[in-house]
Amino acid sequence: MVNAPLHIITLVKWVPDAQLERRYNAEGRIDRSEGVLSELDEYPLEAALQIKEAAPDREIRVSALTMGPAGASTAVKKALQIGADDAYQLTDDDLIGADIWATSVALKAAVETVTGAAEFDSGEPEYLVLTGMASEEGESGALPAQLAERLGAHVVTYATALDLESERLVVIRSGGTESQRVAVTMPAVVSVTDQVNDPRYPNFKAIMAAKKKPLTRFTLADIGLRREHVEPKVRVLTTAARPPRTAGEIITDEGDAGVKIVEFLAKERLL
Amino acid sequence: MSNVLVFFDELGEALTPAQKELIAQAAALGEVRIAVAAYDGDPTPVLAVNGVQEVYLPEVSLPAPEVAIVDLLETSVAESGAVVVLGSSTADANDALARLAVRLDTGLISGAASISADLVVTKSELAGSYTTTSQLVSAATPAQPLVVTFKPNNIDPQRVDTLVTDGEQPEVNVLPVRPSVGGVEIEERTAMEVSARPALAEARVVVAGGRGTDGDFTPLEELADELGAGLGASRAATDAGWIEHAAQVGQTGVTVSPQLYISAGISGAVHQRAGMQTAGTIVAINKDEDAQVFEIADFGVVGDLHEVIPQMIEELRRRKG
Repeated sequence: MVNAPLHIITLVKWVPDAQLERRYNAEGRIDRSEGVLSELDEYPLEAALQIKEAAPDREIRVSALTMGPAGASTAVKKALQIGADDAYQLTDDDLIGADIWATSVALKAAVETVTGAAEFDSGEPEYLVLTGMASEEGESGALPAQLAERLGAHVVTYATALDLESERLVVIRSGGTESQRVAVTMPAVVSVTDQVNDPRYPNFKAIMAAKKKPLTRFTLADIGLRREHVEPKVRVLTTAARPPRTAGEIITDEGDAGVKIVEFLAKERLL
Repeated sequence: MSNVLVFFDELGEALTPAQKELIAQAAALGEVRIAVAAYDGDPTPVLAVNGVQEVYLPEVSLPAPEVAIVDLLETSVAESGAVVVLGSSTADANDALARLAVRLDTGLISGAASISADLVVTKSELAGSYTTTSQLVSAATPAQPLVVTFKPNNIDPQRVDTLVTDGEQPEVNVLPVRPSVGGVEIEERTAMEVSARPALAEARVVVAGGRGTDGDFTPLEELADELGAGLGASRAATDAGWIEHAAQVGQTGVTVSPQLYISAGISGAVHQRAGMQTAGTIVAINKDEDAQVFEIADFGVVGDLHEVIPQMIEELRRRKG
């Protein structure tokens, strides 16, 4: 039996660089004027490429999809350089300030647009959405479950290993107190942790090849949504920068530092 | 008084500190009702806590990632008329509550620290560098309950003990919810080794080691046991295979917010700091006086952890006498 083609959609996000200072703006939103491809999103991309490379007889396409401001094109372009076959960018001013609820509404429509437009030679494709374990700045980790609920897809989160079989994906994940081997059928949304693989770096040849790969940009209207469909459910009322931690007392060990630490802990009532 | 629904994805022989804390957060808001997904035997004696009125159970235990857990939650919300649903921000609870928010067409706030009587949620953002407050857009006229997941360690444990006291056994309401068929199948489950030490994310004290341990965590383990602490590590130490990956504290690992964090042989790069900089007090030991961790340490020792930590243990034991 010939396996059905598989369309893997990898969600990638353009996020403020965690190595630099990140801040909220006056509107109570994270400042997104500069960014990088989220490190956590390199893992699902690598996972998708490994699945494709391990099944040369099966028609598998890897698409990268991002939602974000105009600058987010650098995230999908990097995804193309790393190895995605094509890329899609959803940008719309009505998505500024989207909460998890609104983000999952928009991404559901975007995933359906991407899968609906794709044509495959070897039959009707199944699809698999791969995501990182969380976004680097929001850190909620709630998007995969919300997206799956909306798509009517199965969901498995925090995968540490993936193995594609003919009609299902076998996933190793850690539940709270146990390790699980879980088999999931398509369509599915699977999030992967940073333990799942070692992401590759794009080489010069891949960077040149990426320039010829298709990048499709769309707005909310292009995916059949209007502003009222993506009104957030949660409103941020206040944001306050924490005062930065300052250095306290630093001593050099002169043979009694262990005792001095314990004295400090006792003084601070931490014992 | 309003009704509050608390969700436990699994319930063991006793409430965990994080579960007690959730009950304390909920009890401050109204009458508490608890939905339990996975359990063994009769879970009600464990939930005999003052303020807990009723317990919702599925017909059979539903271990995550069972999707019928979302049905259990949806039915429990309808039964309880809750104005807010609270759960933990751990993976399985977060997944179920995120799906519930879609079903109910309501807002989700994930990883919260606290919630006020008027359902304004406070949380730490951008790896602890900001504190935000937020609420439902429809807070004035909510059609559906707000869904909130919480990180542990936001209420002092002594205060939790005064808020969560033994009470009568709650009423049990078994809801017509059964496991789903097909789609996601758990083929094998392996219990992870249960450490006698407190869980990292919930521990009040954390002892963490990095490259400077040279691969030997024995002194840190001894210190952790002396302090009743959880044991953590930097990514350099977990990547080197010196300790299991679950122990990684940092941006891509566990975020901890203990009363006391003792960092030993960790340089304190941005990724590590993101996982621990909201700790109450930070003590750092490092051979390199330029280590970044000293910029945020309340007490720092430039020295060799292999000498300093054994001396700490000796002094702690001497004081205990």
